[in-house]
Amino acid sequence: MLSTIQPPRYLSRFPLRGRTKSRSFHILSSAQPVTKTCFAADKSQILSIRDSLLNRHLSAVELTHSYLDRLKQTEPHINCFLHVSDPDKVLKQAQDIDDKIKRNEEVGPLAGVLVAIKDNICTADMPSTGGSYILEGYRPPFDATAVKRLKDLGAIVVGKTNLDEFGMGSTTEASAFKVTANPWDLSRVPGGSSGGSAASVSARQCVVSLGSDTGGSVRQPASFCGVVGLKPTYGRVSRFGLMAYASSLDVIGCFGSSVADTGILLHAISGHDSLDATSSKREVPDFTSQFTYASSLKSRPLEGLRVGLIRETVDAGVDSGVKSAIEGAAAHLEQLGCVLKEVSLPSFSLGLPAYYILASSESSSNLSRYDGVRYGNQASSDELNVLYEESRAKGFGSEVKMRILMGTYALSAGYYDAYYKRAQQVRTIIRKSFKAALDENDILISPAAPSAAYKIGEKKNDPLAMYAGDIMTVNVNLAGLPALVLPCGFVEGGAVGLPVGLQIIGAAFDEFAKHKCLLNGFFERNL
Amino acid sequence: MASTLFRTIQIHPFFLYPTALFSRRNGVLYCTMKSSQTQTATQEKQQPPKVKVPQHALKKTVDKITRDYEAIIGIETHVQLSTLTKAFCSCPYNYGSQPNTNICPICMGLPGALPVLNSKVIEFAVKLGLALNCKLSLNSKFDRKQYFYPDLPKGYQISQFDIPIATGGYVDLDLPLEFGGGHRKFGITRVHMEEDAGKLLHSGNGDYSQVDLNRAGVPLLEIVSEPDMRTGIEAAEYAAELQRVVRYLGISNGNMQEGSLRCDVNVSIRPVGQSEFGTKVEIKNLNSFSSINRAIDFEISRQALLHSQGQSDQIVQETRLWEEGAQKTVTMRKKEGLSDYRYFPEPNLPEVILTQEYVDSISNSLPELPEAKRRRYEKMGLSMQDVLFLANDMNVAEYFDETLSSGADIKLAANWIMGDIAAYMKNKKLSINDIKLTPQELAELIASIKSGTISGKIGKEVMFYFYYRVKQFKHFRVQQLFYLQILYDF
Repeated sequence: MLSTIQPPRYLSRFPLRGRTKSRSFHILSSAQPVTKTCFAADKSQILSIRDSLLNRHLSAVELTHSYLDRLKQTEPHINCFLHVSDPDKVLKQAQDIDDKIKRNEEVGPLAGVLVAIKDNICTADMPSTGGSYILEGYRPPFDATAVKRLKDLGAIVVGKTNLDEFGMGSTTEASAFKVTANPWDLSRVPGGSSGGSAASVSARQCVVSLGSDTGGSVRQPASFCGVVGLKPTYGRVSRFGLMAYASSLDVIGCFGSSVADTGILLHAISGHDSLDATSSKREVPDFTSQFTYASSLKSRPLEGLRVGLIRETVDAGVDSGVKSAIEGAAAHLEQLGCVLKEVSLPSFSLGLPAYYILASSESSSNLSRYDGVRYGNQASSDELNVLYEESRAKGFGSEVKMRILMGTYALSAGYYDAYYKRAQQVRTIIRKSFKAALDENDILISPAAPSAAYKIGEKKNDPLAMYAGDIMTVNVNLAGLPALVLPCGFVEGGAVGLPVGLQIIGAAFDEFAKHKCLLNGFFERNL
Repeated sequence: MASTLFRTIQIHPFFLYPTALFSRRNGVLYCTMKSSQTQTATQEKQQPPKVKVPQHALKKTVDKITRDYEAIIGIETHVQLSTLTKAFCSCPYNYGSQPNTNICPICMGLPGALPVLNSKVIEFAVKLGLALNCKLSLNSKFDRKQYFYPDLPKGYQISQFDIPIATGGYVDLDLPLEFGGGHRKFGITRVHMEEDAGKLLHSGNGDYSQVDLNRAGVPLLEIVSEPDMRTGIEAAEYAAELQRVVRYLGISNGNMQEGSLRCDVNVSIRPVGQSEFGTKVEIKNLNSFSSINRAIDFEISRQALLHSQGQSDQIVQETRLWEEGAQKTVTMRKKEGLSDYRYFPEPNLPEVILTQEYVDSISNSLPELPEAKRRRYEKMGLSMQDVLFLANDMNVAEYFDETLSSGADIKLAANWIMGDIAAYMKNKKLSINDIKLTPQELAELIASIKSGTISGKIGKEVMFYFYYRVKQFKHFRVQQLFYLQILYDF
């Protein structure tokens, strides 16, 4: 079906040099060694875990141990985490869950599920640095709403993952502390800015993880690391506790090894929050009830689903390997009954410059609060201006500084109209063109990135080339739409090939339209 | 009360203080850090010539000079709203609390915190906009005003830039009689919502400063007037009228001493007949209406003198501080052009959309405002002096109205309140809400006097018993005064 390489997969497909891990990993008692590129929807890990725990096949402590061991073994090679929770605390939480189950008490739907949180999302009991020196050691006095909701449902936070500083970047190379490696090839980047979150799910150090997506920061790493990444509609999930990068573009997104898992995670964190004035009051549908298992579907389950392949995303500039993976996926969709056609969005290329102007402008303002006066690293000085200058010069990395400079310039007197205002107008055009396209089609598809994961250091000195890689993803943020990335194939590279993800874009608040669920479920199963 | 308020104003003759301007190295409260934002009086370049002139002649000269010039005065007022919680978070605000006890992640500007608008702020803004006869913007928004200062936690202030909630209004007032009286109408350019910054407490020796964020995030309404005022007294009365309006509306306690009403004044002068405006000077640190008056008069004289000496180029666009002790303005910092605040719309807050129904419902719930009251009292036949006394204090007006509604004679009620009761209050330092004579009882008293049941003199004596509520007279009824009169006559 697919023209790309399909390497054999083992449960522990982590390609360590010289050391193949052949032992089966007993995460899920009901799981069989998976021989496909990714997990199937009906093998939702969260549901399996819940099943195992409630049926006493497995204890939460055993489960936690296996994940923590895995984390300990793999972490020195991939460096996903900036902070790992104290194992004793984590095990105690697992023990509490086991005790509750023993006493036949109710446990939350996410009980026993280990979650990793991107370090720009505030957690009260752990440092939250945003990947920056300026917040080194900073401990927030509150939990982000999304984190609070996860904890209330019984999830166990296993640690804080690495990211590009304040979400600015596509590789995690801009982190002040470390560079995360792609589990598929340790010499390559995991993507960014949520590289740590994507890699930790990919390496199975945790079940699911939270990231943030301002211009593709959940979708591109999902594509690079071969996991499912979901960017919800702007306003679906509360941003309270997410360190702001670009306030009108930021969302908190989910990583999982299956679409079902990301759906369950999304449902757990969605919903109106009185602490976020931009969070939507729309009711959150139960996404999980819309999933159907492959076995119950007929031969052409997606009959009539109108799929639009965005022409501008398979034009020049996209790797041939990626192109063929996407075209293969498109062909597969047709076989499943979709009506596929090419859609043109002429304003597509305008998105990138508009995005960088808006994001830089908003971030230059959002990062003004990091001045060393009230929290974070403070450079000592007798003079106020010097204190500001030194604290920020030493605390921020070069990528962040660059964006603050660009943003300040774009907002300054005399330039606001030409840059910021103009970019907002372009944004309106892009939003309208997406809406028109989504009126004609149920979903739109495209690659998530123009290439698979590139080598660490390759794009470091060429920021514009790195920015250009965002072309597939930024328009979705500008329009505020939801998008899902799921692995759809491989390209050559690394020891066993590099994953490529297919981006599926839906209409606003339509994260898991009925058809889409069928699509996702079935699609995954048959890849 | 207008008459008592201005009794304390003394007009100081303008002496030339050639050396006094230079004698203080660090005469300003705000200059403790060596930042470019504050400069002391030592940076004044020019030394005015020393002149020895007799005082009376000096005053005459000054008056003569200022007569040749017209002063253009505009005022920016910040009103701190008395909402239960701050503008964008649920922290309470209590003036005088221990530092940093009324704060939360939102008003502290912690990473990840987001503002959520307190809807009362809009309600109060609409009330004020309507009270100032403004045109309301049914669709307005918030903007970020960006600059760095330690008392501004987020590095930007959430304010309104190009679409304020109210524009184009006016305020009617009557000048106090001791200053010539007269009706005035001053324009209001705009009213907008914003949040307050924290406070900086400077150490005695200027070594360090401390940040208190209790006040950060408190809602403010900024009122910008048209440059319609021409004298210090007009400006002071404008500020007093704003205080009355906000108190009548119940949106602020309008206390200049507490900082819930702050005025910054812009003064410029131009030769009479010239249409071009002169250079504008801003004056800060005005803590009472009388200091507004005096500061403006001083500044007008200062500028007029410089003009008349041919040194009008010495008047630069700058911010000056009013020094209450020395009774003069001194340079605080020079404005190097306009600051670039890099305004852009606040992405975390949705647009403020008002429906006509909402505005109408607020409009219908507005109390009678000072101007309306003054006109009503005037129509009742009271003299201007009476009108100003009775209408300008909300509590006095309420007392008066209630006395009238209990059936008292207008003139007599006015006289009683302005005379004996006012004197008693002044003597005992009480406000009208504190005295124990209720308006109904006053009305009864007046009625008896009017009908001849008791004499005025007895009435005054009886008042004391009411004031003190002596037990024996707890159930004292006016009819019983009749017997007292008879006894007295014996």
